[in-house]
Amino acid sequence: MSNFKLKIKCDEANHVCDKTQYEEASVWEKIILNFHLLYCKACRKYSKNNTALSETIAKSEIVCLDKKCKDAMKKDLDKAIKDVSN
Amino acid sequence: MPNHVIDPNKWVDRYSDYLYNYTISRVNNSDLAQDLVQDTFYAGLKSMKNFKGEASERTWLISILKRKIIDYYRKINSTKGKAEVRINYNDTESEGDWLEERVADPFDKTAEDTMQNTELGDAIYNCLEKLPLKQAEVFKMKTILDYETEAICNELNITPSNLWVIIHRARTAMADCLKENWF
Repeated sequence: MSNFKLKIKCDEANHVCDKTQYEEASVWEKIILNFHLLYCKACRKYSKNNTALSETIAKSEIVCLDKKCKDAMKKDLDKAIKDVSN
Repeated sequence: MPNHVIDPNKWVDRYSDYLYNYTISRVNNSDLAQDLVQDTFYAGLKSMKNFKGEASERTWLISILKRKIIDYYRKINSTKGKAEVRINYNDTESEGDWLEERVADPFDKTAEDTMQNTELGDAIYNCLEKLPLKQAEVFKMKTILDYETEAICNELNITPSNLWVIIHRARTAMADCLKENWF
């Protein structure tokens, strides 16, 4: 039963909280996180801000380019830079 | 004395996402937005000697991009000729539907929401700009592009624990930066 620790440290709790934002935390991890939040004010604050960050980003419908697209852009721009400097 | 230097080699890494997000909220078409961003970089390169260093590189590039977007709308307006008018209610069968169809759709975004989202998007990018490049890159891949942890690790050649450390730092900084005005 040594694996079944209910008490975790703050950095571990924060890590689970980060994973929760991406739906990558297991049920058990979420239980121990919530248990930790019961008695740890600092992590409650982090957790609140962290969740607000996820919600804000989702609400913004922000977009960005993927790496492939950026690499293609870079290649074209590099070529143009060379043409200009010649 | 110019305060800002110009370095086109770093433009794509530093500004392409910001410019793309800015463009897409104004033209609503991904391919077109990419083209406009690329055109902006080319135009910037050509007029680099006009950069006085008074504004930041990003502000300067945005001013070029804004002109590109305006030019684009001018062009489509001049080729379009006349506005398209659709009349859907020319048969007697669907006569009774028109009122219902004109009721506001609660899921439809209002102009105000769109405007607020545009502002919020700009605010998020302003905060991302303050992060180290690597942190911003990982954060965007994970949070905006929704990549799997494994995919990011493979692409950037980092371990999952590296990734989570970077994500944690980025999220802490982003929450700090955004919470005053947006949470």
